[in-house]
Amino acid sequence: MSRILWILAVLLSHWRRHPMQLATLLIGLISATALWSGVQALNAQARDSYDRAAATFGGARTAVLVARNGGTFPQKLFAELRRAGWPVSPVLEGRVQIDGRSFRLLGIEPITIPVEVGNAPAIGRAGLQAFLTPPGETLVAPDALTDLNLPEGATPPTSDGTSLPPLRAQAQLVPGVLVVDIGMAQRLLNRPDQISRLLIGKTTGKRAPLEGVAGDQLRLVQPDAESDLERLTDSFHLNLTAFGLLSFVVGLFIVNSAIGLAFEQRLPMLRTLRACGVSARMLNAVLVVELVSLALVAGLVGLVCGYLIAAALLPDVAASLRGLYGAQIPGQLTLKPEWWLAGIVISIAGALAAATTSLAKAIRLPILAAAQPYAWQQAQHRWLILQSALALAVLAAAGLILWYGESLVSGFAVLAALLLGAALILPAILERVLSFGQRQADGALAGWFWADSRQQLSGLSLALMALLLALAVNVGVGTMVETFSRTFVTWLDGRLAADVYVNASDAAQATEIKAWLRERPEVAAVLPGGRAEVQIAGAPIEILGMADHATYRDHWPLLESTANAWKRLRPGDAGLISEQLARRLKLGIGDSVEVTAAGGNWALEIVGIYADYGNPKGQIAVNIAAFTRRFPDVPLTRMGLRVWPAAVPALISALQEKFGLDGRNLMDQVTLKAESTRIFNKTFAVTAALNAFTLGVAGIALLTSLLTLSNSRLPQLAPLWAIGITRKRLAAIELLKTLSVALITTLLALPLGLLVAWCLIAVVNVKAFGWRLPFHVFPLQLLQLLGVAMAASLLAALLPVIKLARMQPARLIKIFADER
Amino acid sequence: MLSVRSLAKTYRSAGEDVVVLRGVNLDITAGERVALTGESGSGKSTLLHLIAGLDRPDGGEIRLANIAVSDLSDAGRAELRRDRLGLVFQQFNLIPSLSVGDNLKFQSRIAGRHDAAWHAELVERLGLGALLKRYPEQLSGGQQQRVAIGRALAVKPLLLLADEPTGNLDEATADDVLALTRDLVTRTGCGFLMVTHSARLAATLDRQIHLHAGLIA
Repeated sequence: MSRILWILAVLLSHWRRHPMQLATLLIGLISATALWSGVQALNAQARDSYDRAAATFGGARTAVLVARNGGTFPQKLFAELRRAGWPVSPVLEGRVQIDGRSFRLLGIEPITIPVEVGNAPAIGRAGLQAFLTPPGETLVAPDALTDLNLPEGATPPTSDGTSLPPLRAQAQLVPGVLVVDIGMAQRLLNRPDQISRLLIGKTTGKRAPLEGVAGDQLRLVQPDAESDLERLTDSFHLNLTAFGLLSFVVGLFIVNSAIGLAFEQRLPMLRTLRACGVSARMLNAVLVVELVSLALVAGLVGLVCGYLIAAALLPDVAASLRGLYGAQIPGQLTLKPEWWLAGIVISIAGALAAATTSLAKAIRLPILAAAQPYAWQQAQHRWLILQSALALAVLAAAGLILWYGESLVSGFAVLAALLLGAALILPAILERVLSFGQRQADGALAGWFWADSRQQLSGLSLALMALLLALAVNVGVGTMVETFSRTFVTWLDGRLAADVYVNASDAAQATEIKAWLRERPEVAAVLPGGRAEVQIAGAPIEILGMADHATYRDHWPLLESTANAWKRLRPGDAGLISEQLARRLKLGIGDSVEVTAAGGNWALEIVGIYADYGNPKGQIAVNIAAFTRRFPDVPLTRMGLRVWPAAVPALISALQEKFGLDGRNLMDQVTLKAESTRIFNKTFAVTAALNAFTLGVAGIALLTSLLTLSNSRLPQLAPLWAIGITRKRLAAIELLKTLSVALITTLLALPLGLLVAWCLIAVVNVKAFGWRLPFHVFPLQLLQLLGVAMAASLLAALLPVIKLARMQPARLIKIFADER
Repeated sequence: MLSVRSLAKTYRSAGEDVVVLRGVNLDITAGERVALTGESGSGKSTLLHLIAGLDRPDGGEIRLANIAVSDLSDAGRAELRRDRLGLVFQQFNLIPSLSVGDNLKFQSRIAGRHDAAWHAELVERLGLGALLKRYPEQLSGGQQQRVAIGRALAVKPLLLLADEPTGNLDEATADDVLALTRDLVTRTGCGFLMVTHSARLAATLDRQIHLHAGLIA
């Protein structure tokens, strides 16, 4: 044991003498672990919320019986099925409004509820009595209590004036859900003796056949491994994971470069240890112990940084998920022990992966140093050929995946392979450019400038590859966001063509509002709208009822349509389909789609495809009259109003005063557009933040590489100084050299970034969201990024260059005269 | 050509002042070949560094072709090294990214005094014709030192300064390298000051100076 400790002490002494290298190694590992763990924390937090939402008294995680027509069904079926041996428990679901906010109300029957319904809130023996006996209880998430600014025990009224039972906080519930006894729910929702679904317990026993008890009224829905929310938000989380992975890889580039340099510098030490009798196996074991110890320290610090990053980004992520998918994520970050453990493991695994080459070299290390078999140029040439061959293979794989891939994962695989291939081929391209420069160079110093840049390439290539990746992703994501932003604004103008939008609390209020509006001369048109949710091919789809009016005919963002498409909607046997649904179901103009409606299946011919950016659900737009016939139970509470622009503020005030509507259910077009744009911008705030982090890590990679290289470069610079080139001039040349290779890398990153943007727009977005944006190039944005990249490279290069310019001649003499 | 008067230099090491040169006087005329010997730590290398303008003296004066080296700025001393001096050290100090041919030309090109005929003669005399396209790491120690000597003499300096130029070479190679250097110094007519531990090699030059405890003995 003491022998191992001695060897470890000898190895660790290297870091004492090279603190900058140690800092580089730790910074790389900390950045990699922090960004990866931060993203994982965000994903874990969101997924935990989906799980809680899905498992709330059943949901997608439990087998259920539902009405064949999708609506509610009589409660007596519950009693009949229980008698027939079915371990079922009833649930009634609906929506109520409290203080203008909409909540999902769940009515449950706590005595029969199966124990396997997931992590649903437990109603213990003591709580059961309070929950069941008047006045009962309303279980609610603590976050919702805070949002409503109400204490426990409060009995807030719903929009129709009925008071809820006293509120009681339940930590396991997701925000936005209220749980009451089923009898209370039936009263609150005005659905006496009706239930939405029956949860089925796992108790085995003899059951009568379902048809024998319920006839064809009910159908069995098997539990889903993945909830709707999970399915809808998959692409969002995949985006986050992809960024986390990219930052992790960029961080590992730093680690690889630091470990590689330390290994080269420790070669004499390792040979001496071997010569003193340390076996190769023992030496490698201690090298691994040393690496794991360092990774452990860096991993712990990285996890703390990751937690802070996740905590800083969580509000934006929660806002994005709420805005895009209606998912409720608590604002407080809670992390499980598995997250901490996974962070440490990823740090150690990353360090070992980054050190693989060095460790493999250490295993094969001969005790005696042999003469160099190849000149640096030949060695570099061989390395470049091998790496280029690998790059071409990876790029070919990208092409194959692009051609044959169908899924979102394959879209990201194309991106990953494209970026990896480009990064691997970068040194070869740089070598070609520098070699061309050397051939064209006139003068000894210019010749040395290019030749030395070429020789430095192997030391700088990892940092430059990291810079290339970060810049290309930056250009790609920036172009995509800017394209999205411009398309979104034009699209919003088309979608939000009405001047005022009203959402009544119920059908009765809607009728009252419509009657009142008809008397107002400033209101040119009232455009009623309805929305129903159905399932097609296992995914949730919105059916949108639209008025037959010029407002829609003139503005609706149709991508393609038949002649007289709007006229074709009137009979009720045709519909317009959103782009994402058309792609998902592989439908085109003239095809037919079947919708399960209350009165049976409804066949619709597709007469138009429209853009519906940002909507994770598929949508079919039909004529409002046909919609009302097919979904008679859906209240038509939504309406758009055409109003003289100057009269909008007065009309809104009047509506607020007359019907008690507030900002949540009464909005003018300008406010709605601003709100949509705000949600849109929030959605990309996280992407922008991670983008900036990645660029920052690439900057650190460049800085640390230059700092570690600067020490090893002194023996090459000292002779030049001795021959008669001043320190200042040498420093200026060094700066110019770094900026030149950074500039070439950045210029290569720009077209690569545009290719990445194309992949994101034409491949990933289409697979993730189902819509494709038009591709635009923004030259000003590219110029800005070029400026940022050069400024980052200047900052990274400045420190070692200033160090060189200020270096004491004594140090250079020592290096020149004897210390090589 | 070279005149050194009352040259003094003190270093601070581990918190203590170490006096290295205590008032050295030395003259070398054009074409003269001088060996500087002395024990380790006697100040030989320091004296060479000060004459080369690599470091500044604490006292005294160095004049090379009537230029007061000690009064020159950093840039002025760099110019002096580039245009009028040739430096050869035990470590060959070649530029690893440049080929042998480019290394040979390097100093004369940056000094703007490249003479193709002289360059060709140097290549021939140093026996480097077959090695011009190679890189320093592919050469033996003796070959590398010949390239270093060629680079230093390509500029036709006033003074060639060499610090243990044969320290890394075996005896036979060291003899060959020094013989070549002597011939080339004679051919250019420059002064030559060589630091060496070897009395045998020192004896092959015109004059020997012994440095002891910071003073010329």
